[in-house]
Amino acid sequence: MSTPEADLSLFIPIIQTNPLAWKMRQNASGFAPLNQKYGQNDKEEYNEGDALHRALEHIRTVKEKGAVEERHLQTVEDIAWKSGLAPEDIDTLLDVALSGPFDLPILLQYLIPTAFGLVQHPADGPTQWVPNPTADHCWATAEAVKTRMLKCLIPATLIPESAVVRAFSRLCASNCSNNTKVLFFRWLIAMFDFIDGKEEMNSLYGFFFSFLQEETMSCYICNFLYLLTKRENVKPFRVRKLLEFQSKVGMQPYLQALLSLYRSFCPDLITISLPPKRKFYFKTTDSIWQAAVCIVKERNQKSPLPSVKLTIGTAYSHPQKKKWNSGCVIPMPTSSHVSKEEQDEEGDSSSLEVMLSGQKSFPLEQLHTFSQLLDNIQDVELPSQMCSVLKSAPLLHYLNCIQDETVWLRLSYWMSQELKEGCTWCKVSNYTSEEEFRKFLDIIISAQCFLQEGFPSSEVFLYKSLPLWDGISCRTEYLQLLSWIPLGNFSEIKPLLCDSLTQLFFTSSIYHKCSVLYSLKQLLENWLLWHAMKVSMKSTLSISADTPMIALNSVSELIYYVGWLSTIALRLEKNSSFLLHFILDFFEMVSDMYLNYNLPLVVIFPRGVFYPALLTSDSIALNRLCYIMYRYRVNLTASKENALIYQERLKFNKTYQEFNEYVTALVDCLWTSTSFEKDHYLYIDPQILEKTKIREYKKSLNLINHPALLPYSINFLLQVKGWPNEKELSLSSIQKKKWNWYLDYLLLEELHGLHLFMESSLDIADSASSAHTHPAHKTPKTCMSEPV
Amino acid sequence: MDSSNVPEFTPKHGVPPRLRDYFTGASSFQRQLASVRKQTPFGQTPSRRKIPQCSPLQENIDPQKIAFLLHKQWTLYTLTPMYRFSYTNLKQYSTLLKCFLAAEKQKGLAVEMGEDFNFKVTFSTLSGMKGTHRDPAAFLIQIVSKSQQSSKNAEDKVVWTGWFCCVYGDSLLENVPDDFTCLPLFLANGAESNTALIGTWFQKTFDCRFTRLTISAFNLSWMAAMWTSCNMEHYGTATELLWSVPCSPQSLDISYAINPEDAKALWDGVHQTPEEITQEEVDLFIDCLCSHFHRHFKINLSATRLVCVSTSVASAHTDGKIKILCSKYLIGVLAFLTELAIFQIE
Repeated sequence: MSTPEADLSLFIPIIQTNPLAWKMRQNASGFAPLNQKYGQNDKEEYNEGDALHRALEHIRTVKEKGAVEERHLQTVEDIAWKSGLAPEDIDTLLDVALSGPFDLPILLQYLIPTAFGLVQHPADGPTQWVPNPTADHCWATAEAVKTRMLKCLIPATLIPESAVVRAFSRLCASNCSNNTKVLFFRWLIAMFDFIDGKEEMNSLYGFFFSFLQEETMSCYICNFLYLLTKRENVKPFRVRKLLEFQSKVGMQPYLQALLSLYRSFCPDLITISLPPKRKFYFKTTDSIWQAAVCIVKERNQKSPLPSVKLTIGTAYSHPQKKKWNSGCVIPMPTSSHVSKEEQDEEGDSSSLEVMLSGQKSFPLEQLHTFSQLLDNIQDVELPSQMCSVLKSAPLLHYLNCIQDETVWLRLSYWMSQELKEGCTWCKVSNYTSEEEFRKFLDIIISAQCFLQEGFPSSEVFLYKSLPLWDGISCRTEYLQLLSWIPLGNFSEIKPLLCDSLTQLFFTSSIYHKCSVLYSLKQLLENWLLWHAMKVSMKSTLSISADTPMIALNSVSELIYYVGWLSTIALRLEKNSSFLLHFILDFFEMVSDMYLNYNLPLVVIFPRGVFYPALLTSDSIALNRLCYIMYRYRVNLTASKENALIYQERLKFNKTYQEFNEYVTALVDCLWTSTSFEKDHYLYIDPQILEKTKIREYKKSLNLINHPALLPYSINFLLQVKGWPNEKELSLSSIQKKKWNWYLDYLLLEELHGLHLFMESSLDIADSASSAHTHPAHKTPKTCMSEPV
Repeated sequence: MDSSNVPEFTPKHGVPPRLRDYFTGASSFQRQLASVRKQTPFGQTPSRRKIPQCSPLQENIDPQKIAFLLHKQWTLYTLTPMYRFSYTNLKQYSTLLKCFLAAEKQKGLAVEMGEDFNFKVTFSTLSGMKGTHRDPAAFLIQIVSKSQQSSKNAEDKVVWTGWFCCVYGDSLLENVPDDFTCLPLFLANGAESNTALIGTWFQKTFDCRFTRLTISAFNLSWMAAMWTSCNMEHYGTATELLWSVPCSPQSLDISYAINPEDAKALWDGVHQTPEEITQEEVDLFIDCLCSHFHRHFKINLSATRLVCVSTSVASAHTDGKIKILCSKYLIGVLAFLTELAIFQIE
């Protein structure tokens, strides 16, 4: 920690007192045993609070009578650095540190060694040193004590504002050395966030400001003023003073920072443009203090207070070598340069009036956290460039609760321009690279996620740019925009979206198909959430009666569209199980719409999805299919009670029929092995099947022989091989008791979907005995084709 | 239930309306959707336009000011609506802008408002530079460097000029709330660095966005036809079209100059509907010119790109530069440019 060296002057009268007085005091106070205890230290639990209390008591009283004893100072230091000081202790110590000179002889006697760093723990009581009473040394020692006291002012919780105010008035009144002043201000800067109030300090603004004249500490004063300044502190005479100061010292970064803060408060008085490259405007803050505070907070197991320092560097830095109007640059939020009041008035006098009227507004440059927003929500003003809200979470919160059309319009104008300019495949301009555009889209997407809705300009951009999209550039980001299309009339959206999307979908790679399906799933989820929210808000807001019908139609049309895409995609990709999983993901959400999102709608997936999933060789897909069928049954059963569905039951008959067909097919395949028989969906002419020369082709798709389950059945047999009466591996041997064991085995292998389907959809009316005999006796439990 | 029967109310402390609600009510978004629905991404234009006419309001313009705007090369920009711009504050804006420029030029040094510099910034309105009364007034900004000489005769030198205008901007105006001022076309003449600074200041102060307005070959051919169709008492320059042949290492430009009377005669042959120009007529006009060229030089111009059109009315380059030559059709030229600008910002 370096402090600017100041000349030590000796004009302060030093009062001599009798050293005897101190000795008497020492005997009277009887601190010796405690000190010994403390000397032994650490291993023993000793009452830290008491020790501190006594030490401080000593320090406080000693200021009138004599000097500070080294061991007490040491005690205070140790405790301060270890656990921090309570507010009242800080008050005491500050008061002592900044009030007048100390008594010299005693100081000399006890503190010269420390001043030279010779004695650490005077455990054996005061060490005897030969006093060397030259004036310089005396002064230096007094200074050293003050310095040590100031340095150990580490708060355990908060610093009382009153203490700071008192200390500052002492600083002004007494003749402190420059070193002490500098240290005090450095301490103030480092601890600014821990001071429990700033109002009283702010009322002393003029006094703080006057310290600027002392050049040695002007950089610290600027830094401190930067933290303290409010709009009402910015006055024309101060601006003039600062400009005078600027003409004296030139371009000093600390002064630039303060000036730019003044500019942000009162752009009508002063303006400055900061050089673009600089990042730090103040000397690095005293990190040892900050580290100490952190350690203390950690030890006291209190979450550290939010330490928000104004970071001017990042706020004003602009990317270099960018054209001024090139795309995808989002500025930081800055206060409006021309305020409302100025708009209505004219002339130079008005700005002065505005300023003197003391309008309160909280500058955006200082808004960083949600709690700051809450504290100042009445005084927050909107940024001069609305687009800057995209980068600021508190401002997005703020926008979300104000009702002002112009805000969204400003954002919308900007965003549609920016998207058009930046879009790399539309080639309106070549200012932006794909990487930049991707980052830009990311920012928009995260803002959309934050607001939980899409921006109209990004929706329009999507529709306009989709026909030109190659399907590769910024795929992840672009498709995320897709998932935020607002819930509207699907017949309106369809021609804008689906035509281009379908073409791209069919001609692109399987990974592209999967990502498109994934975003469509996200889109469906967003729509369902919006709908659920609308329904819950219906009691408070008037919503036209056709809104739910539009939602129902749009959702079902979207599902049909995805079903159609999936059917064709599965054929194109030869029933790839990777693709199948994305499709089943989508329909898993669809199957649960009624119960999860309160949407009176059940849409069954198309055959093109069901049969590939049924005949897959992927056991997980088959398991998921069973799970989806189970969820469909639960939702359909629950929806029977819904009045709306009851009214529309004729429409729903088709849904039930479809569902029943699937259940029958599933049971036919896996359990009864009748799927190839006449009148079943998978019917194939027996003569053809004979030609395949598969023995027992009828059973080839049951739970044991199904290609997806074959590994399980074989593994099962291998495990039971060691059992008595097992001579050879024969799949047909899984019967009766073993059949049930096999079913348990499948459950153990985590095929829960299969199990849930079996439990819900198979009629086990003739229970245990018959089930043991042969699995084929089970009959599917279909849903009633008409709701009761 | 009929939705119109439901009484409308907005709870004071209810949930804020969703974004979409703002835009479905305001027809701006509906219109955007409608324009998208035309299935022409970023490039739909009307297939017929009016022949440029003199606006009756043009008589209000100070002829000196018109003369000042003519025969200069302007770089074109589009501008989104300006938020809270007020014509009554032009004087204040000039002070603010002047100090901003001063601060930018001496980066790092703070500047007090009202300080005196060796240049001044003036804002002045161009009354009459509009198509209809609804169009907001155009205004002009000039940076004038003060002469060093003390003598009064020494003229101040105009360093940079820029002006904002909106001519027949109805399609944009009807959807914009009162807080916004729509002057979608910005023309600048002077050092690009000054344009950048002033543009930045406008963007920061009025939350607007500048973008370069480039003119596609398609729109250039429209300009060629429209400007040829203008009735001129005397023609100042030849009608000239510049075609660019994309070839390496450097591109090759083909200049095609026609006697303006011949061009007009050709146009009169092509043109049929009175007071209107249609897409077919424009295509036919250009095709005729191209086939004529092909007959003589065996070069197929339709395989190249039209990059520049200059006539006695005005000349325009594809990279967004324009020079207006004829005061009579000033409004007509600006109307078409405004249309292009509005199209770009929507």
